[in-house]
Amino acid sequence: MLRKITIGQYYSIESFIHKLDPRVKLFATLMYVISLFVVNNWAGYLLGALALAVYIRASKVPLSFIMRGLKPIIFLLCFSVLFNLFLTDGGKVLISFWIIKITTEGVKSAFFMGIRLIMLIIGSSIMTYTTTPNQLTDAMEKSLGFLNKVKVPVHELAMMMSIALRFIPILVEETDKIMKAQLARGANFEEGNLIQRAKAMVPILVPLFISAFRRATDLALAMEARCYHGGDGRTKMKPLKYKRCDYMMYAAFAIYFASMLGSRFLPL
Amino acid sequence: MSIRLEHISLDYQDGGRTIHALKDINLEISDNQFIGLIGHTGSGKSSLIQHLNGLLHATSGAIYYNGENIYAEGYNMRQLRNKVGLVFQYPEHQLFEVDVFSDVCFGPKNQGLSREEVEARAKEAIELAGLDESYYRKSPFELSGGQKRRVAIAGVLAMKPEILVLDEPTAGLDPQGRDEILGQISKLKKERNMTIVLVSHSMEDVARYVDRLIVMNKGEAVFDGTPREVFRHYKELEKIGLAAPQVTYLMHELKRKGLDVNTDVITVEEAREELARVLKKSVVETEENTVQKSGDTTEENQSVFNQREQEDSSEC
Repeated sequence: MLRKITIGQYYSIESFIHKLDPRVKLFATLMYVISLFVVNNWAGYLLGALALAVYIRASKVPLSFIMRGLKPIIFLLCFSVLFNLFLTDGGKVLISFWIIKITTEGVKSAFFMGIRLIMLIIGSSIMTYTTTPNQLTDAMEKSLGFLNKVKVPVHELAMMMSIALRFIPILVEETDKIMKAQLARGANFEEGNLIQRAKAMVPILVPLFISAFRRATDLALAMEARCYHGGDGRTKMKPLKYKRCDYMMYAAFAIYFASMLGSRFLPL
Repeated sequence: MSIRLEHISLDYQDGGRTIHALKDINLEISDNQFIGLIGHTGSGKSSLIQHLNGLLHATSGAIYYNGENIYAEGYNMRQLRNKVGLVFQYPEHQLFEVDVFSDVCFGPKNQGLSREEVEARAKEAIELAGLDESYYRKSPFELSGGQKRRVAIAGVLAMKPEILVLDEPTAGLDPQGRDEILGQISKLKKERNMTIVLVSHSMEDVARYVDRLIVMNKGEAVFDGTPREVFRHYKELEKIGLAAPQVTYLMHELKRKGLDVNTDVITVEEAREELARVLKKSVVETEENTVQKSGDTTEENQSVFNQREQEDSSEC
């Protein structure tokens, strides 16, 4: 039932992007998101889309898989597009009916908003498709290491995050199982008003919480049994190290970002 | 009351690959049968049983419950779930209520019955599961593993299903708990005329209780027959990661060593009778021959066999 959500999953395949240092991907994704908010004209969006297309191609993740990841956010997408369409003033009035008024400016901003959101989500989901959660937290721990100096427990936070990420699929599976078990006992999650539906969640949530706590204590015990005592003096089995292709990627991204900034001044 | 599965196949996507969980399954489950379902981990047993009450929807094929297609539009799935009770693996993980009694009431309450009826059913189900009144007001979370499991099974029994499907109800229980639960299930079949489908990993258990055995391998039903028929194929079973009961191997070994026993034996009790029969015959034969020495050896043989038999029964 919940298996259909592909966003945030890791897509296991060998590709150039998969082999990149996770720090590069983290940085690139961040910069890509910023760059999408910098652009203000067609040339910029075209460049952004082009870069995304190359990125997807290099990651070897099938397009159909990526598109499936967009499904859960279609509602949000339509919502923001419609808002922009109806509530933006300026430009020529195209249709005016009762309180609804559609302007050229509105169409333009709705279109850009839609494109921007889609590229935003695809751009950031490519990162999770090509990077395992562990690599991602490793990257964060390493890049935010300087915060240690101001007494931020970076390692502990990273560990918590990686455990949380690790447990998402397990809890999803568990939810699925409990849901089925309660369905088999005649539970009804689909009918009734809001309060009845909220009440119907109790038979799922209680067993889920109990199992989450049970897993947490088991894991804590297992970690202690392996002498885990926080980040002090802990070494990595696979320390992150930049390779040549990583530097190349940084360079390519710098050029991309510069041209995105430059596109603002193009008269398009 | 019958379930008929016709050409049931189930595919799903996993990280871009298509996995065939079930391949063209054809089955008919008729009244008052005790069916065992065995197979290696990942052979599709759990997927198959979730089709029986419509929790999983087959990619292709049809399922008929009492002649009605459950995939037909407007078919009442909830009604089907009342008739086909499904007890999942580790069912104790689904308990959520403050006490045992209200947890068992959850199922019948969902059926929309009156309060009296709900309570009457809960009481009956708790008793059927082998628990007494002292458990009613206990929190399900303070019970032992075996007791929790009985409560969970009672929760399904309270819905008065016609067909009861259990996915490894004895996993993780000690031998005593296992025998008690299986004993109760087999009583349900005899006294309530329920149809039982039991998923199990234990060849001894299925040999002892079921009258029809279905073997799954890689999403296909490879054998379907009485346990005796199925266990005759013990060589093929080994190839798919399963085996025959231990006693069957013992009988094959004895036959190989020259004792003329029937190898169609699947339970310890049968083995005892068969050995007694064969040994008595050989005692008679040797007495006829009046060779004293060979008589001695037979006696010796018998004591050895008795010992082995005891070992075997203690093992089970």
